[in-house]
Amino acid sequence: MSVEAREARQPWILLSPALTAVTFLLFVPLLFIVVYSFWLSSATGADIPAFSFENWEEALTDPFYRDILLNTLKIAGITTIVCALMGYPAAYFIARARGNKAFLLLLLILPFWISYIIRTMSWINILGVSGAVNWLLVNLGLTEEPIQMLYNETTVILGLVHFLLPFMVLNVFVSLDGIDTNLEDAATSLGATKWQAFLQVTLPLSLPGLAAGGLLCFVLGAGTYITPMVLGGPRDAMFANLVYEAIITQLNWPLGSALSLMLLIVLGALVLIYNRYLGMAQLVKGLG
Amino acid sequence: MTRKIDDTTRYERLLERYRNGDLDRRSFLGLIGAAGVAYGLQTPFAKYAHAQDVSQIRFDGWGGVVSEAFREYAFDPYTEKTGIEVVDGTFSGGDEYLAQVRASQPGEYNIAHLSGVFDYARYKNFDLTTQLNLDNIPNFELVMDRLVEPYRAITPDALSAVPYNYGTTGLAYNRAYISDEEMKEKGARSLIDPAYEGKIGGWSDWRTRIWYGALATDQDPNDIQDMEAVWDAIRQHRDLALKYWGSGAELMSLLAEEEIYVTEGWSGRIAALQEQGHDIGYYDPPNGFGWQECLFVIKGSPVAACEELLNFMLAPETSIAVAEGQNYPPALDGTKVDLGDKIPTLPAYDPTGTLSGLTFADPEYWNGNEAEWSKEFSRVQRGY
Repeated sequence: MSVEAREARQPWILLSPALTAVTFLLFVPLLFIVVYSFWLSSATGADIPAFSFENWEEALTDPFYRDILLNTLKIAGITTIVCALMGYPAAYFIARARGNKAFLLLLLILPFWISYIIRTMSWINILGVSGAVNWLLVNLGLTEEPIQMLYNETTVILGLVHFLLPFMVLNVFVSLDGIDTNLEDAATSLGATKWQAFLQVTLPLSLPGLAAGGLLCFVLGAGTYITPMVLGGPRDAMFANLVYEAIITQLNWPLGSALSLMLLIVLGALVLIYNRYLGMAQLVKGLG
Repeated sequence: MTRKIDDTTRYERLLERYRNGDLDRRSFLGLIGAAGVAYGLQTPFAKYAHAQDVSQIRFDGWGGVVSEAFREYAFDPYTEKTGIEVVDGTFSGGDEYLAQVRASQPGEYNIAHLSGVFDYARYKNFDLTTQLNLDNIPNFELVMDRLVEPYRAITPDALSAVPYNYGTTGLAYNRAYISDEEMKEKGARSLIDPAYEGKIGGWSDWRTRIWYGALATDQDPNDIQDMEAVWDAIRQHRDLALKYWGSGAELMSLLAEEEIYVTEGWSGRIAALQEQGHDIGYYDPPNGFGWQECLFVIKGSPVAACEELLNFMLAPETSIAVAEGQNYPPALDGTKVDLGDKIPTLPAYDPTGTLSGLTFADPEYWNGNEAEWSKEFSRVQRGY
């Protein structure tokens, strides 16, 4: 074998474990879901192999699924905006901190050591009728009766912000940390106020990080189903809850497959748009 | 004396030879690859060999005090006696568990503490039943005939499960806010009483919602004539409810923390709350939801070992201890077995052994409507 041929083969050999894993753990299961989405479900829940567009037609034309999908995108959007508003100052503070950045980053990722479900359920002890906030309000005499704060859309968003905020902060931090602080000094030395220097120099340069954090928060937020189950009321549901119900409760795997692919396509389209205009490099840096 | 070596030792010796230079890289990687291929080829057939030597059985149940009772009174003594380990898992609902079983390999799940006769019929529809030899389960003779009949109607040739306990899904209410008299007067309508808006709960299970919707509209849950009225009652409940709970633990937490004052609830869980000192009342309205649970052996399981465990679990001393721990009456016939002092005081207990006072869901009727009703409930729940 020639040296050129061996060199050409080498990257593929090195990539083969990862490619094999991705193929068998991602693409093959995805292919199963695609196939399932064209099957039918009997009245008893048993799957009927077929090539039918019935599930797709239902998923795409039924206003029920459209409304829940739009509501899901709305909740994910609000969550992303709140994460950006809360996460940017925190990331800025960490990036500009002197000497203790590692410690602050450690504090940031500390919640990841606790299960997501436990973190979500912790809000019940904080905002519940006999939770910490109500206990404080009643004991301070600010209210006679405990206030009902849980089990609505606001608490769903609160739970999502709690879950996703570190992703936003990390991405923005990576972006801010890479900006040369001399640029701000140069701007102020040329007559700009600190606020103007931030608005015209730092903020534009950190936008890729903000966008990467936003994309992550949005995609992860739109795909969640645990938070609405734990912190939502009877009506509160996101699109993933419908997928869960179709597959788990109704045992209708074909419809559940079509719904899950629909969500995948919508969120995948957002990722593609992001990649088209901003590229994935910033996202990879933030995740790294 | 020769010593059998395991695969890890083999690998370590091979690695050592390679590092010492006794083996070239090509041979080392080739042997590792060959071992991987050999393992991959034998794996699909290994289960047949493993089946001859059962070292553990997987049991899945409802968790909480129920699982604790099983562990203490049934599994640990069984393991001590037989050497077979019982690995127990939990699920929050039968639907979720069935989805897991469908996605699993035969033999992965063995015995499940399934609810009602619905699941038995559904597992049969999915070809997940096995055939138990009741001669290997002598304690089966002690079980109430009334509980066995529905299963025999579904699989006349052989059973795939043994009944284990029964209970009701009745109305649970906080006595500090709702009196016993008020509850008896209002019954299922208390779940759609605007006076308790924001303090009403309910199980997210579509069957229970429809059952109580039927009761609230004075209909027979096993023969609903006006389904639209039932959906309207479910909508009213949805709009007044604070939360649909999804597990027994959540039910107990919502009542104990006074997040809700009234909900339907499982008799055993409410009895557990009462034992903990909470002033929670429990009322089975006329046509209240009676159900039974069984220990179902799933297709592909080591049947003989499972039969042995079932017989052990049905033994009066085990069965009574588990029943007292989980607060649900056992399937044992009270006219054949002395059930002790506590069980006759449990909610839903029937001393006659006929269970004539309880209304059970007709599995044919409910399973026949499952596809349509479960889907519709998903929409109604979300405001449609």
